[in-house]
This record gives sequence, structure tokens and C-alpha cells, in this order.
Amino acid sequence: MKVAVLRFPGSNCDQDAFFALTEDMGIDAAYVWHEETSLKGFDGVFVPGGFSYGDYLRCGAMASRSNVMQEVVRFAADGGPVLGACNGFQILCEAGLLPGALLLNEQQKFVCQDVFLKTETRRSPWTSEAADIVRIPIAHGEGRYVVEPEDLKRMEDRAQIAFRYVNASGTVDAESNPNGSVDGIAGVLNEAGNVLGLMPHPERATRTMLGGTDGKGILKGFELVMAK
Amino acid sequence: MARISQTIDVARAQILVTLKPSLLDSAGRTVASSLQNLGFTEVGEVRVGKLIEIELAEFSEARVKEMCEKLLANPVIERFEIKEIV
Repeated sequence: MKVAVLRFPGSNCDQDAFFALTEDMGIDAAYVWHEETSLKGFDGVFVPGGFSYGDYLRCGAMASRSNVMQEVVRFAADGGPVLGACNGFQILCEAGLLPGALLLNEQQKFVCQDVFLKTETRRSPWTSEAADIVRIPIAHGEGRYVVEPEDLKRMEDRAQIAFRYVNASGTVDAESNPNGSVDGIAGVLNEAGNVLGLMPHPERATRTMLGGTDGKGILKGFELVMAK
Repeated sequence: MARISQTIDVARAQILVTLKPSLLDSAGRTVASSLQNLGFTEVGEVRVGKLIEIELAEFSEARVKEMCEKLLANPVIERFEIKEIV
């Protein structure tokens, strides 16, 4: 069982992801450069955060058209587990693996803080082991999730909303929404449930020393999907 | 990579990419507030877009449209207009 941690020029959460997977989750992992054209030998894909290709044009736009992402699209279509955090989420949306897009935060500021998430569905391995209320760090300037109203309706009907920003007691409110995302959405699933994208960083919440361990419940999804 | 020489034969396309009107433009809002601070009290809403210029061996609107759809604009959040520059 082995997870590919993708690396683009400008990725900066790749080492965190590798460390969290191998040291804290006991999952084998290896870096895969964006020019690679094969994911042979891998059972999962982690698309890490950062500023791939300098965020030129749009966040994730250039990365989503890279060699390795074309493989990730095929890998996901075959049911392989794919997780994108932060810039990784933006890349998955740009690649068309997830609905919607991420825009500049409503309050025009980069936000770096811990937030609370409510786990909204249990239908995917990505969310089946997550805590009801997840405490997890965010660090982004462009995390305002937007999607067309009719798509949002369809996503709700199909339980594709994975996580919403909430207050400590689990209520969605304007004060707990750090970036102006529609309906407080922090993470979404594809229809099949094997692809998850979220703005928060599960790889930065895998040991008490880092401030919390709630990220482990999400990263456990790699094992759960791969075991299927 | 093909290089196009700066001769009179070069065609150019200009693409204007803007955020859909239904979406809040955070950058535009910041620019509006900055202009108002500078004393331009007549300023209302500001929207910021992108202008992309492309040199081409020959201009084909269909091909440029394909470029927009495949990379230059994201249909989920943006609209684009294509112009040939002569």
C-alpha cells in the first residue's frame, strides 16, 4: 500500500504530507514529480498544498493540466483514492475532478488559524472515520468555495458536501466561515466518493505536538479506500 | 518551441477574462475602497479582470476559444471575450 505525494514547482506542503503519512499514519509514501506520466505501483494520491506554478493564471490552473494530473484523472476514474488539501483542492477543482472553484477570500486576507469543521456525511471512507467536529488548521488566501446554485443542490442531494466550517459547538454561522465559502463549505467529495478536496490541512494535525490529531481521521481514508 | 518573428504577418488575439457578475469580486472591492480613500468619492463597485494577449501564426477565433476553454478561463467562475488585434 503506497501513496503518491505529488510535487509541482511551488508545492510547499509535500514534505508535511509525506511526514504525516509515513511517520504518523504508518502509510508508505513516495514523492512523484509533476512531469511523471505514470502512477504505476501507487494505491493513493495526495495532492499537497502550496503555490503550484506560482498560482499563475488561477490557483491550480497550470498544475491541473500537468502530465501527472492527467494520470490522476484516470486513476480517480478507476476508483483510486485521491485527497487534495488547500492548493491540492484548487488543483482537483481545476482538473474537473471536483465541482466548483476557489476564489479570493471574501475579507481579502490570508487566513492562518485553527478552525472547526462539521463532518457532513459518512458515506465516503474519507469522512467515515473523521470526528463529528474536527479541529484543524487552515492557511490560505484563496479558499472561498463557489459553485453554481443548481450544482450545489445536486451535490447536497448526493451527499457530496464533506465538511462545513462551524463554531466550537458545531453550528454553521457567518463568524465561523473564514473565507466566505458558499454555505460554509470547507470540503467536497466527487460523486463516487473516492476523491476529497478540502481547504484545511489534515497533514498538519496528526500529532499533539502540532496542536491536534484530528487530521488522522481524514488521512485514514487512504487505508480505508485502499482496503476496499 | 515555435518562435514567431516580430513581422507584420503576426496575428494577435486579445482575451478579456472577467469574473461572472454573480460572484463577489474581493480584489475589486479592495480597489474600490482604496480609490475612495484617495478621494475618488464617485467610485462605486469595481471589478478586476485579466487581459491576455497571444501572438499567433494566424488568427482563428475557434482555436482561441478552445484555448480559453482548455486553460485560459474557468467556466465555473469566469467569462471571456475574444478580440483579434489588427
